[in-house]
Amino acid sequence: MKTVEAKHLVKTYRNGEVKALNDLSLDVEEGTVLGVLGPNGAGKTTTVRILATLLKPDSGSATVAGIDVIKNPEKVREVIGLSGQYAAVDETLTGWDNLVMFGRLYHLGYKKSVDRANELLERFDLVEAAKRPITTYSGGMRRRLDLAASLIVRPKVLFLDEPTTGLDPRGRQDMWSVIQELVTGGVTVLLTTQYLEEADQLADDIAVIDRGTVIARGTSDALKTQVGGEKLEITVDNADLAKTQEIVTRVSGHSAYVNTRTVSAPVVNGSKDLLEALRALDDAKIHPLDIGLRRPSLDDVFLSLTGHVAEEISAEPATQKKGRKK
Amino acid sequence: MNHAISDALVITKRQLLQLSRVPEVLIFSTIQPVMFVLLFRYVFGGSIDTGQPGGYVQLLMPGIFVQTVAFTLVATASGLAEDMKKGLIDRFRSLPISRGAVVIGRTFGDALLNILVLAIMATTGYVVGWRPTSGILQITLAFFFLFMFGYALSWIGIFVGLSVKDARTVQNVGFIVTFPLTFLSNAFAPTTGMPRVLQYFAEWNPVSSMVAACRQLFGLENQFGATANSWPSQNPLATSLIYMALLMLIFIPLSIRKYKNTSA
Repeated sequence: MKTVEAKHLVKTYRNGEVKALNDLSLDVEEGTVLGVLGPNGAGKTTTVRILATLLKPDSGSATVAGIDVIKNPEKVREVIGLSGQYAAVDETLTGWDNLVMFGRLYHLGYKKSVDRANELLERFDLVEAAKRPITTYSGGMRRRLDLAASLIVRPKVLFLDEPTTGLDPRGRQDMWSVIQELVTGGVTVLLTTQYLEEADQLADDIAVIDRGTVIARGTSDALKTQVGGEKLEITVDNADLAKTQEIVTRVSGHSAYVNTRTVSAPVVNGSKDLLEALRALDDAKIHPLDIGLRRPSLDDVFLSLTGHVAEEISAEPATQKKGRKK
Repeated sequence: MNHAISDALVITKRQLLQLSRVPEVLIFSTIQPVMFVLLFRYVFGGSIDTGQPGGYVQLLMPGIFVQTVAFTLVATASGLAEDMKKGLIDRFRSLPISRGAVVIGRTFGDALLNILVLAIMATTGYVVGWRPTSGILQITLAFFFLFMFGYALSWIGIFVGLSVKDARTVQNVGFIVTFPLTFLSNAFAPTTGMPRVLQYFAEWNPVSSMVAACRQLFGLENQFGATANSWPSQNPLATSLIYMALLMLIFIPLSIRKYKNTSA
């Protein structure tokens, strides 16, 4: 059964000038996780906002748990949980205050709200911070609390809009294990992300979106095959650049691509090719500053699927870029 | 519908919790009106000859009461704009709560804050010589008017807060609008001394009607500028009621609709 189904969604902003969604269709099978992968501005958040009843599409239709999101938003709200890109909790209140408040807004009653709040704080490892205002929380703690708030009534469908954007690697790992645990519990999840690795870790199925429409759909393995395998990447001093390029081209069998001081090319034999390149570098007395095999990145996915790089991503702040390339 | 009130009260409670966690907000929102009472009473009070028994402070207090509750508009708007920016409104809108509960809850919270502020100001006023001469019933009615005026204005605040997306803009614009609005009235000086155009404006300014209504209810003879024979200055109580009803009739449905369709 399709628990989430969106058909031909169109949404424009500023009187049609900006087309956020351009005939976007997707669906999520019951009890599975769909990763919606795309760069900033691809339409991920707009999609989530429409499905979570926060925004009406210009045209198209969508159902969540069989309920029409446009005709019957109130009913949809009873079965969904939404955890946004920005931690949407009251920052001046404590974690406990927040969860009790949301429990009461779900009409659990005071006693049950308190019980549920304590339960969730325990589960998300926030007991110690429970009585502290959110302003004192780390980014990871905020996200966990935000997620906890979206789980108060055990939703049928959970929307996670970029759950780890802006988190440090540690926070991201924590968040991943929390989400994985949830998924084992059987909830249907639609998760948006800019990180291929994240979709890889968490999603059963991935929809790649670009410029408001789905451009590829499949399991992460299927997509990766489509994208191509690993890439050999070597960073060297400028003086050694030409020679290194020659070596990488030879090892790879494809012409190596040079970006400032980094030489890269796709390889098929993984570590065997890496060793071969290392030996050749050693023979040539070149000491690489950095060398490694890189898994395909979102850029690679885009390059191979669309023939253009995800340009919005290059406009991102430097800190986010760093987080992406792990 | 059965949850509408309880949902709104949860939101109100949240606001009161906020106040207890960040007491600075409460302190500043009470210090300002107290400061105004003291400044006007002692800076202008000595040099303004009103012929009013009991002195300028009798005329001043209703003016400052009205001005202070008028600032509720800014407080409501900026609080809501802040929630919008933080994504909290999105979270609320994704919950199965009754439409309007979030904004109704906020107006309740601001109204409660107004009760406290009015009490503190009345006390300060008493200390510096303010003595209403009417009966307890009329004084109570005056405070009820003030309370309702603040409540009506906080609905404009809701609308503004949902329309503008940055809390700081709301603060700045809010004061730029409400400050002259409260001064272009009979609150602090007679309107008769103003240029003709401003005089008309001041006569019809809801702030003037409210101030005149409060003065009347506090037992003052001198209407302090309500000299023109315009209808609002002749009938300040009725005018105030009409203004309040109009504001609520327009802005409550408008704000609730705006909330329903809003998107950050």
